[in-house]
Amino acid sequence: MSQLFAYIAHKNGAADDCALELAAAARKISPAVAPIAILSGFGSELDETCKSLSSAFSEIWKISNPELSYPNAELVRKALVKIVPANSIMVLAHDHFGMDLAPGLSIKLNAAFVSDVVDMEVIDPFSLKVVRQEFGGQISAHVRCDVSSGAVVTVRPGAFRANETAPVRGAIVEKTIEVGDLAAGRRYLETIEPEAGDVDITKHNILVSVGRGIQEQDNIHIAEELADVLGAAVSCSRPVVDAKWLPKSRQVGSSGKTVKPKLYLACGISGASQHLAGIKGGFLIAINKNPKAPIFQVADVGIVDDILEFLPELTNKVRETHAVSTK
Amino acid sequence: MEILVCVKRVPDTSENEIHLNSAGSDIERDDLVYSINEPDNYAVEEALQITAKVGGSVSVATVGTDEDEEVLRREMAMGASHGVLISDDALNGCDGRGIAGILKAFVQKGNYDLILTGVQADDGAAQVGGMLAAMLDYPYASLVTSIELQPHKKLKISREIEGGNREISEIDLPCVLSIQTGINEPRYVGMRGIRAVASVPIPTMGATELGLSADTVGAGAAKVARVDYFVPTLGQGAEILHGSREENIDKVLELLEAKGGLR
Repeated sequence: MSQLFAYIAHKNGAADDCALELAAAARKISPAVAPIAILSGFGSELDETCKSLSSAFSEIWKISNPELSYPNAELVRKALVKIVPANSIMVLAHDHFGMDLAPGLSIKLNAAFVSDVVDMEVIDPFSLKVVRQEFGGQISAHVRCDVSSGAVVTVRPGAFRANETAPVRGAIVEKTIEVGDLAAGRRYLETIEPEAGDVDITKHNILVSVGRGIQEQDNIHIAEELADVLGAAVSCSRPVVDAKWLPKSRQVGSSGKTVKPKLYLACGISGASQHLAGIKGGFLIAINKNPKAPIFQVADVGIVDDILEFLPELTNKVRETHAVSTK
Repeated sequence: MEILVCVKRVPDTSENEIHLNSAGSDIERDDLVYSINEPDNYAVEEALQITAKVGGSVSVATVGTDEDEEVLRREMAMGASHGVLISDDALNGCDGRGIAGILKAFVQKGNYDLILTGVQADDGAAQVGGMLAAMLDYPYASLVTSIELQPHKKLKISREIEGGNREISEIDLPCVLSIQTGINEPRYVGMRGIRAVASVPIPTMGATELGLSADTVGAGAAKVARVDYFVPTLGQGAEILHGSREENIDKVLELLEAKGGLR
């Protein structure tokens, strides 16, 4: 089997949360061999992160270059193409960075590409069979991937459990000189943090969260009224923010806020993986009129109903039975 | 500025329950509502807003079959000047790389300053834009949430990264960008607009015109192929309440009390 690599993102001297998941994913392809980690960056934070990974990877390839102080995928791709041997399999996280880097990397490595993988198995030395989701998570697919000339595989964060393997003592291997100078047609300028919103949804025990099923801005009050009687806050999924019905600060998901409420009422939310990535615990009640909505795969309790009718009746019932609201 | 937007016609997941066919080889496609892939529609709107500022024209292209012409026409009703259907039996069975290879050949027939795609389509792969850029040796950025024109053939763009942060970069033209939803507010397309472009001819290009052969981009060249579809079982699955609405509301009240939602 080909050599296995995992590209590990890092920030402030710490490896990405997915680092061990990527090691586990690579071990699914090649159980006997600990994968090689590749890290790029510059300075002491890079050195610290490389050291922290030595127990999970057989080697840690380090690319140190001031141009890589910020992980610009265009530059990282050029660096990787210089050092990754032909026919290798490269595993990355399917996140904003992996999505930026991986498709083009597969072309430059002349390797197969399969993305957002949630499970996989080896069929024979030249083929992987992976599980992916399509149609917003409503249906899954088995996909066969010919890895005989290498592959770039992005895996869904959270899908592979970091497993207990005997610790190895991976040596740090300098690849800086081999990579040499780097330049790209895209240059990083700055990162802009989001504006603080009127409500901090991360501080609430109960969230009434609305998705596309709320249908129009004029219906947002339905969720607000329920939130009022529950002493909850209204949060939402991406389509609601895209339509500008609620501000970005109310968005739960990988590109919004990560929340840990005690209770999460997902109302008219289909349950795209990017949304689910932002819900870290709590009891999840889903109300959606589509019985196939993927939210029902992960919710604790599901109700197939129209939120535009269900929520107002729920609000009335709470008012009746709990005359003095919890606020 | 000459802008190409690569679009796709997809089953509208917000309008459809997706079911498997009996063989598990595909989804049940009868009676599905199809529409333009949502991020692609934002990409076309963005292209139109750019050409409204600086001139030029917007072209839309798709790789597919005659049925896909309707989405080209819809985007032309929005304001795209040209639509091209790339269609050929020899191109069937492409993987993402195959589609990118076809689009590369198409791009090289034209003279585009900027190429846009939606961030992802119905298969969620988010791959064609980045592959196309690498094949063309153009710079690429994914998940783009704003585009500002700059002098000297450059753009200032923002990308959506974690936690609501925005990554700001400068990128050289020509380039390929994958557009995230929410970047703008796509204009409404009414029946009148659709009718206005109903008879505009949409040229079809095949493998020969693009200088492509099935063994370089079709099924024979595909390294990735779907084996089957199945209904996922992520997690345990919810306990679905099958009572009347009133009973379900009572049950939710109980849960709210039990979980500390009501005192």
